[in-house]
Amino acid sequence: MKKHREIPEEFHGLTNGNDRSSAKVQKDQLLELFEDDFLKLSSSRRNFLKVFGFSFASAAIVAACKRPVHMAIPYVIQPPEITPGKPLYYATTFYDGHEYSAILVKTRDGRPIKIEGNSLSPFNREGTTARVQASVLSLYDDARPKSPSVNQQAVSWESIDEQILNDITGINSVGGEIVLLTSTINSPSTLKLINEFGGRFKNFRWVQYDSVSYSAVIEANSACFGRAVIPDYNFEKAELVVSVGADFLGTWIAPVHFIPKYTARRKLNNGEKSMLRHIHFESGMSITGSNADVRRKIKPSEEIILLADLYNRIAQKTGAETFHGTSFREDLSELADNLIASKGRSVVLSGTNNIDIQIITNGINYLLGNYGDCIDLNNYLNISAGIDKKMEGLVNDMDAGRIKALLMYNVNPAYDYPQPDKFLSGLKKTVLTINMAGHLNETSGKAKFECPVHHFLESWNDAEITPGRLSLSQPCINPLFNTRSFQDSLLRWSGNPISWHDYLMANWEKEFFPKSALPDFRRFWDRCLSNGVFSYDQQDNKPATFKKEELSRVMNNLKIIPAEEYEVIFYESIALGTGMHSNNPWLMELPDPVSKHCWDNVAAISPKDAEELGILSGHLIKLGADLILPAFIQPGQAEGTVSVALGYGHKNSGPVADNIGLNVYPLVRLNGGNRYYGFTAGRLENTLKKSQLALTQVHHSMEGRPIVRETTLGEYLNDSHSGNEIHEEYESGHRTLYPEVNFDGFHWGLAIDLNSCVGCNSCVIACQAENNIPVVGKEEVKRRRIMHWIKIDRYYSDNPADPKVYFQPLTCQHCDNAPCENVCPVSATNHSSEGLNQMTYNRCIGTKYCINNCPYRVRRFNWYRYTNNKAFDFNTVSDLGKMVLNPDVTVRERGVVEKCSFCVQRIQEKKLQAKLENRPLLDNEIKTACMQACPSEAIIFGNLNDKNSRVSKLFGSPRLYHLLEELHTLPSVGYLTRIWNGEKKNS
Amino acid sequence: MYNSKIRGPLIEGNKSLGQITREVVAPLETKSGRWWTVALGLSSLATIYGIYAVYITVYKGIGTWGVNNSVGWGWEIINFVWWIGIGHAGTAFSIFLLILRQRWRTSINRSAEAMTVFAVLCAAIMPALHMGRIWLAFYIFPYPNTRGPLWVNFNSPLFWDFTAITAYLLISVSFWYLGMLPDLATIRDKTISKIRKALYGFFSMGWTGSSRQWIRFESLSFILGGIAAVLVVSVHSIVSTDFAVGVEPGWHTTIFPPFFVVGAIFSGFAMVMTLMVLIRKIYRLTDYITDNHMDAIARILIFISLIMGTAYLTEIFVAWYSGNKYEMFTFFHNRITGDYKIQFWGMIACNALIPQLFWFRKMRRNWIALLSVSLLINLGMWLERYTIIVTSLSKDFLPSNWVSYTPTFIDVGVFVGTIGLFATGVLLFMRYIPMMAISELKGVVHIGSKKED
Repeated sequence: MKKHREIPEEFHGLTNGNDRSSAKVQKDQLLELFEDDFLKLSSSRRNFLKVFGFSFASAAIVAACKRPVHMAIPYVIQPPEITPGKPLYYATTFYDGHEYSAILVKTRDGRPIKIEGNSLSPFNREGTTARVQASVLSLYDDARPKSPSVNQQAVSWESIDEQILNDITGINSVGGEIVLLTSTINSPSTLKLINEFGGRFKNFRWVQYDSVSYSAVIEANSACFGRAVIPDYNFEKAELVVSVGADFLGTWIAPVHFIPKYTARRKLNNGEKSMLRHIHFESGMSITGSNADVRRKIKPSEEIILLADLYNRIAQKTGAETFHGTSFREDLSELADNLIASKGRSVVLSGTNNIDIQIITNGINYLLGNYGDCIDLNNYLNISAGIDKKMEGLVNDMDAGRIKALLMYNVNPAYDYPQPDKFLSGLKKTVLTINMAGHLNETSGKAKFECPVHHFLESWNDAEITPGRLSLSQPCINPLFNTRSFQDSLLRWSGNPISWHDYLMANWEKEFFPKSALPDFRRFWDRCLSNGVFSYDQQDNKPATFKKEELSRVMNNLKIIPAEEYEVIFYESIALGTGMHSNNPWLMELPDPVSKHCWDNVAAISPKDAEELGILSGHLIKLGADLILPAFIQPGQAEGTVSVALGYGHKNSGPVADNIGLNVYPLVRLNGGNRYYGFTAGRLENTLKKSQLALTQVHHSMEGRPIVRETTLGEYLNDSHSGNEIHEEYESGHRTLYPEVNFDGFHWGLAIDLNSCVGCNSCVIACQAENNIPVVGKEEVKRRRIMHWIKIDRYYSDNPADPKVYFQPLTCQHCDNAPCENVCPVSATNHSSEGLNQMTYNRCIGTKYCINNCPYRVRRFNWYRYTNNKAFDFNTVSDLGKMVLNPDVTVRERGVVEKCSFCVQRIQEKKLQAKLENRPLLDNEIKTACMQACPSEAIIFGNLNDKNSRVSKLFGSPRLYHLLEELHTLPSVGYLTRIWNGEKKNS
Repeated sequence: MYNSKIRGPLIEGNKSLGQITREVVAPLETKSGRWWTVALGLSSLATIYGIYAVYITVYKGIGTWGVNNSVGWGWEIINFVWWIGIGHAGTAFSIFLLILRQRWRTSINRSAEAMTVFAVLCAAIMPALHMGRIWLAFYIFPYPNTRGPLWVNFNSPLFWDFTAITAYLLISVSFWYLGMLPDLATIRDKTISKIRKALYGFFSMGWTGSSRQWIRFESLSFILGGIAAVLVVSVHSIVSTDFAVGVEPGWHTTIFPPFFVVGAIFSGFAMVMTLMVLIRKIYRLTDYITDNHMDAIARILIFISLIMGTAYLTEIFVAWYSGNKYEMFTFFHNRITGDYKIQFWGMIACNALIPQLFWFRKMRRNWIALLSVSLLINLGMWLERYTIIVTSLSKDFLPSNWVSYTPTFIDVGVFVGTIGLFATGVLLFMRYIPMMAISELKGVVHIGSKKED
């Protein structure tokens, strides 16, 4: 951390000694300037010049007064690895108990400032999600607990350890039950440690608890295959995906892992003749449903009927055993035929946390022979391990007073357990309660002992995401506060003097080093730390054997859920996920990709229901007994359903999260041992009160304009220009009176493949983190002043009840004939010799003419001072929050216009590097922040002058077009047409 | 050529030259009425509201206005164009009529020019305030500097704008002030107060009324008039290029320069009409500003109103005829129908339809009709600028960027403040400067009067 020092007082004035006498001398000197006759006011040329000169000089002196200078002191002994001004990257791992990514952390002068995906990790490669991108800001959260405390009194670690050890020994001596309640742990070394820790006690239980649970998937696999795991889904090997409510591109299990596999099979850039077909059934409008080739609306209660019917039809056609069951309201035989045609090369998914549904899904996949290639039970995903029944049992035990000690790590049941009151009353009955959390949450303060843990960027850790694929976490900064890792605490409390770092190393030396080919552990360790990942070949693949009994039991006792008039579904939003990171202003202000709404959770209802009930968007509606939320009319929402996002309505999670929206976790139902994320509301009631929603896009139709150009796969294969015919027409009309501009060296361009973009919003946060984009708050978003430099436009077409959805990332188009450049009166925005549309903040006087004259409206204005302004107290006010700022990018002043720069700081950095190394710049070497974060490689940046660059090849594609090309703005950003695979059969 | 048989007498009441001086100077010499104090109080209050709004804007930022990411220009630019338009009347009035040797202008031109100066001042506040960093406004001055030197962008209409407005303001002020010299000298000679004598003496720049001075005075008037006549046309043409150079649908059209100039003269004449009706009524100057004068202005207004109507129709026709879908949308779905249809139809009604009432002689001679129509025209012209600026920006090329626009309390404050400033200026003008060019009035006192026959 950079230290600052004020200049010592004596440097301020150059005079030393007696101030008064010096002032007198000055005065005398000044008076000497004027001769005696000056006061007689006889005006002569000499006197005039004197007076003029004196006043001019005084004005100049007054004007030259400088602001106080803050100096930074350099290192006395500079660490060899640090060169001021050059970033250092550390490979580490993001895992918060719900989402995993192997990442690289960029640090500048000791501060982590940006997160990138680790390209060495086969799990997510360079892709990240918005939540992972934003996690660096959570490190600098002022609301983080800053020291250990007992009953809210800050104490030292020594004293808290002593008290806890006392208590825990006391409890253990009488055989009281000690429970460790954690989020899912996928760290092999921590697992070992927990086992050792538990082994010390007579009566120990370890419960893993996830706020959004995949318990049913695990239990169904356990029942069907005897393996309690979440399988890996290999979309890249599939021809057909049928998903029933599984938002696998947005939030379900591991989107960052699924998106690249899914989009890999949907790219058509290298002469592919086929693409993955995606059929989706869902109630709310998710980004996965938006990307589907065929989307059908269903109510949650219909899922089991649909899947059972589908099973029967496939079974019937393939000659397997069928069961008696209700048939679905639509004829599924075509779907069944399609699935059978893609036998072994399809995936059927269900996103519902219901064991019966998951067992039927497994049955379908088994019938289709999808286990093996497309669904891999051997290389399962260690993402989530919580079993709902165990948590329910624990809470019951706590409530009954059977638990004597409860150690909580990274969980927040007071917020996200369906019965928070029961949990809290149980907590009161527990003698020893310890909370180990990295951030402030609703459970904080409820336990006697608070032992705050490091942020993941401050800690050592490891993770095994799939068997044989490991990654390491290493600290990228010294702990900012008096925190301690969870594992260190366990080691202290089990009386083990070794530090967690040494424990981890020892474990790796023992467990994983022998699996490597390297001769020396030190080298192995250094290499693993440097790479961040380590993998070894695991044991041979066991074929999955399906146990029919469970399926027969489920199919024969089909529990038809009675359909209610209104079924409410809770979903994880793209921005906030489970709500664990809600105090992160970047995420809070990230609009949902489909609803384009942020800073609140809303009740999404279908246009038909809204019309029937006379509800307008923004009306406060009452769902069931006492849930009052603003309504949002969501095209594509299934009739009779209402979707509400989880993760809002915090009460004690920090200033950003608190009192924004409503917490719906208490309405989650415990249904047959599994938590069901939803409930049924008898009716909806319009309270007729209005609230204004913070929407970032309010018009949804393309108005027949060729903004997103689309075609179908069949037409595309016939004619690769299909859907894009107009492009050639415009190109043929390309004429100008002026000499065409040539770019001799580089000509930067960006290609965006609309067929690959799934709308995950990762680029938006990546850009925000890279370019110091301020958060403006709910009121300003309502006034349409969000600052994001890249935004994902979302359009609907067809009818509102069943729309097609389009995503289009929109950023500065870097037009070679830019309308904005021409109109700036002070030339603050101009064109570089490399085709960049540049913004000179120093020169900008803020006339906003360029904003008006940009047909894409990608320019942003600093309406207020967003830095050091208490009115915008998000992350650019406190010293801590400002540590996330990227020193390579100017923090903009109030009153200037800003916009996407194609990450010019990255271009310069790589150009300089290539120059120093005396070599040509490689294609793909420069990556803009959006490109780097994109899990689907939909954004490709590069040099258009290099005919072999990836971007040039895409620019040569018949699918390429420019947005509003008829205006002859000559953008450097190109879009590739959207191709739907919605026809019945690929021709 | 000075003999006007068609118009009848330019000044009624068979006045002697001394009487003219006495009557015109009377408001300066006598104690002002209570209405004047009340009006000044009210306009000062409005000005104070404006100063508060300006203070907030400068202190906190343009975020206090209603503008947003899509609508970058709002009320302030509407007001700017509106005030500049009003500021056209004085110069248009005096100069065009001076060049055309229309002597009936003599009783009106002084007030019209005063109005121009105050309106242009009000207008000049707007673009300055609209700058995000007003403290760096000097970047727009084209002068050799130590920053490179960095020059301004000579391609930018905003720079042309800055040049045009500065030139216009300077010329209008000079023309107005220099035209006042003989009258200031008259007051200097008449007054008995020492302070006044000193002040008016200073400002009359040693005017003695010698023949040589008169000759120079006349030729200077013509020179300045010649320059100003060009500026009247150029200023609003250039203001229109702020829009016409842009790519926005509804802005990018070649009709804008003449359309804007005519519109400006329209609103200016309407404002002259408003003021004249009030001055006549309050100061009982009906002998000088006769019904014939008002009649003439009203006839001009009908004529311009017809041009305006034609221009509106042309714009709509061209939008349709071009087949450009963005233009079509702007005109047919965001102006004629849509969120802003009230503003659009208000504009049509006030500018193209209501002025047609002046075809009736009765209307041209009824002061209430004159006052209300002139006020409606100014409202209509404000709505026209609203329609042009807001509708084009709010819904342009990419529907994802479409928004609606609502002004804030501060936007209103800035507008009300300039109205207050304008009114204060006009009230002070009435009190401290002769409202009519006495010397010129004397030149036309007998024209058309019965005496000459």
